[in-house]
Amino acid sequence: MTTLTDPPAESFKLSMLVYDTRYRSITFQILALVAVLLLFGWLTMNTAQNLNDLGKEPSFSFLGESAGYDINQRLIDYSSQSTHLRAAFVGLLNTLLVAAMGCATATVIGVIVGVLRLSGNWLVARLMTVYVEMFRNVPVLMWIVLCMAILIEAMPPPSAFRGDDPDATMKLFDSVAITNRGVYIPEPLFSRSLGDFHVGAAFDVSINLIAILIVLGASIFVARGIARRADAKQEATGLRPRTWHTRLAVIVLPTVVLLAILGFHLGYPELKGFNFAGGTYMRNSLIALWLALSLYTAAFIAEIVRAGILAISSGQTEAAAALGLRNNRIMSLVVLPQAMRVIIPPLISQYLNLTKNSSLAIAVGYMDITGTLMGITLNQTGRELETVLLGMLVYLAISLIISGVMNWYNNRVKLVER
Amino acid sequence: MTDTAFDTTPAIDPAALKVSDEVAIEISNMNKWYGSFHVLRDIDLTVHRGERIVIAGPSGSGKSTMIRCINRLEEHQSGKIIVDGTELTSDLKNIDKIRSEVGMCFQHFNLFPHLTILENCTLAPIWVRKTPKKEAVETAMHFLEKVKIPDQANKYPGQLSGGQQQRVAIARSLCMKPRIMLFDEPTSALDPEMIKEVLDTMIELAQEGMTMICVTHEMGFARQVANRVIFMDQGQIVEQNEPEEFFNNPRSERTKLFLSQILGH
Ligand SMILES: Nc1ncnc2c1ncn2[C@@H]1O[C@H](COP(=O)(O)OP(=O)(O)OP(=O)(O)O)[C@@H](O)[C@H]1O
Ligand SMILES: [Mg+2]
Repeated sequence: MTTLTDPPAESFKLSMLVYDTRYRSITFQILALVAVLLLFGWLTMNTAQNLNDLGKEPSFSFLGESAGYDINQRLIDYSSQSTHLRAAFVGLLNTLLVAAMGCATATVIGVIVGVLRLSGNWLVARLMTVYVEMFRNVPVLMWIVLCMAILIEAMPPPSAFRGDDPDATMKLFDSVAITNRGVYIPEPLFSRSLGDFHVGAAFDVSINLIAILIVLGASIFVARGIARRADAKQEATGLRPRTWHTRLAVIVLPTVVLLAILGFHLGYPELKGFNFAGGTYMRNSLIALWLALSLYTAAFIAEIVRAGILAISSGQTEAAAALGLRNNRIMSLVVLPQAMRVIIPPLISQYLNLTKNSSLAIAVGYMDITGTLMGITLNQTGRELETVLLGMLVYLAISLIISGVMNWYNNRVKLVER
Repeated sequence: MTDTAFDTTPAIDPAALKVSDEVAIEISNMNKWYGSFHVLRDIDLTVHRGERIVIAGPSGSGKSTMIRCINRLEEHQSGKIIVDGTELTSDLKNIDKIRSEVGMCFQHFNLFPHLTILENCTLAPIWVRKTPKKEAVETAMHFLEKVKIPDQANKYPGQLSGGQQQRVAIARSLCMKPRIMLFDEPTSALDPEMIKEVLDTMIELAQEGMTMICVTHEMGFARQVANRVIFMDQGQIVEQNEPEEFFNNPRSERTKLFLSQILGH
């Protein structure tokens, strides 16, 4: 059926594929896709052929074999009898751990330094400039090694904590020990266990943890429902019921009750013989990597933050000042929220850089995914292609997730324009 | 600039508006330099409560700089500025006090684009005056009604026309309940049809007895609302007078030249 407003039907000509703006871009995209597919197909066939000639058929069965090496910093149970797959998983968790910690601290330091670099205080601004120039002009590998060296040289050995008059003492009410091997901190323990949940054959997840997460999630959901009801009431009557204490109680109480039922307590590190036992610890390799990555990336983030702030016109600051707002409020209420829009896209690439730079962990012996899968596993099994492909896939997946989350956030805070 | 915007506005009688003896702003012997450039020279100006003062003068004569000194967006280097009995010094408390009594509107509105119109208006009352949010919202809606855009309260500045944005900016200042309002060319960035809506808002303010200092090229507004017109050139106050006298019998040559240029004959 045609309506009166329909344009007169046009006969389709082949030349329109190239010259008609409606089809042109589609035509070229299809052509490019075909070319890329052909190239990949050729590369894969070629590699498979060459490996065949060498007598190495691509296979991932090595992942099920026993790894036979130890990993000294790990978030889940692991022993040298565990499989290569589990070793890789321990490495992956270690990568995620240092990347998450690094991104968080780098952001905090970066924002503070970036704001201070614009401060009216000459000395502070200059000091921040020195910091930024020092860190971003030296390769991050050197900072990692330097941090490691400083930690090993400057911290007391565990033996210094011994005796009646020890050279070193534990900090924070005897709960934290800082030594040249690492930092020992209390660990969360449960006296009652609900057992483990088996994922596949290799991984156990504590049901305690799952239960806590579920309860916490449900409480937050209920609390948000209460907040929404309060919003609705405010809109209807103009009066907002005071709900923060019920919301807080709804969030905190069930979790606390569950923790009590499960017999939650802290296990403190204690000096036993020549070393600390009990509690959990961060090896110096982790601390050094974390420190160096944070400080290095923070220097770049500081520059991004500074540029973002400078991109906000002075009119905004003046209008806020004329309204009587003080400088710190102007920064947090007016300038930074707007600067975020300029800051986030380059911030994403800094997060990605930090995550990828964390593969330098191998320099200080921190066993991340590069150290396990593409390090020892590769050397033991000789599966270069498979391990490297898996490793690349892992980094790709992490990076895509980071950019996905950040882009989602960026879209949420975008300015509303006409 | 022209006075056409005023053709349809009901005339008010400036003389009927009350000017009290109470001094709102006193500037004496004030000087300011940018580096070696002497922007403001020996400024003396006394503003009484309820006065509507229009400042005119060629570009670069220091009009903006002068009114920006009154709420310390610019710092003066010598002389005295006393606002509502408080002297402007580098003392933060004095600056806070004066800024909360003096509202200001800018040529480019400077609304906060990440906040809704309502949030723009409640930001300062909540954070500076510590007003409860509900009360701040009520005040904001009151002033938004006054500038005739309550229905836009939940939009963002980017979604409003220039004239609407400037009226929001005025409402935002009024929410702090200032006793003095400064305007720096509030209509210069607007299309002709929007100039009138902003000027109407300003006239209403004047009728309510607000003390106003207004840098503008709208000579129609000056004739209709001002009780005093000040002419500045090269950082000095060259001449000041009642509007009729100022426009009909300018005394200095520079004023005559300026008026002939601005009025287009
Ligand atoms: N931050 C600054 N640094 C140096 N010179 C400045 C600065 N701000 C303004 N000036 C100079 O001071 C003089 C007065 O500027 P001001 O903005 O007060 O003029 P104005 O009368 O408001 O002009 P216009 O009508 O164009 O707005 C101008 O010559 C200007 O170049
Ligand atoms: Mg100006």
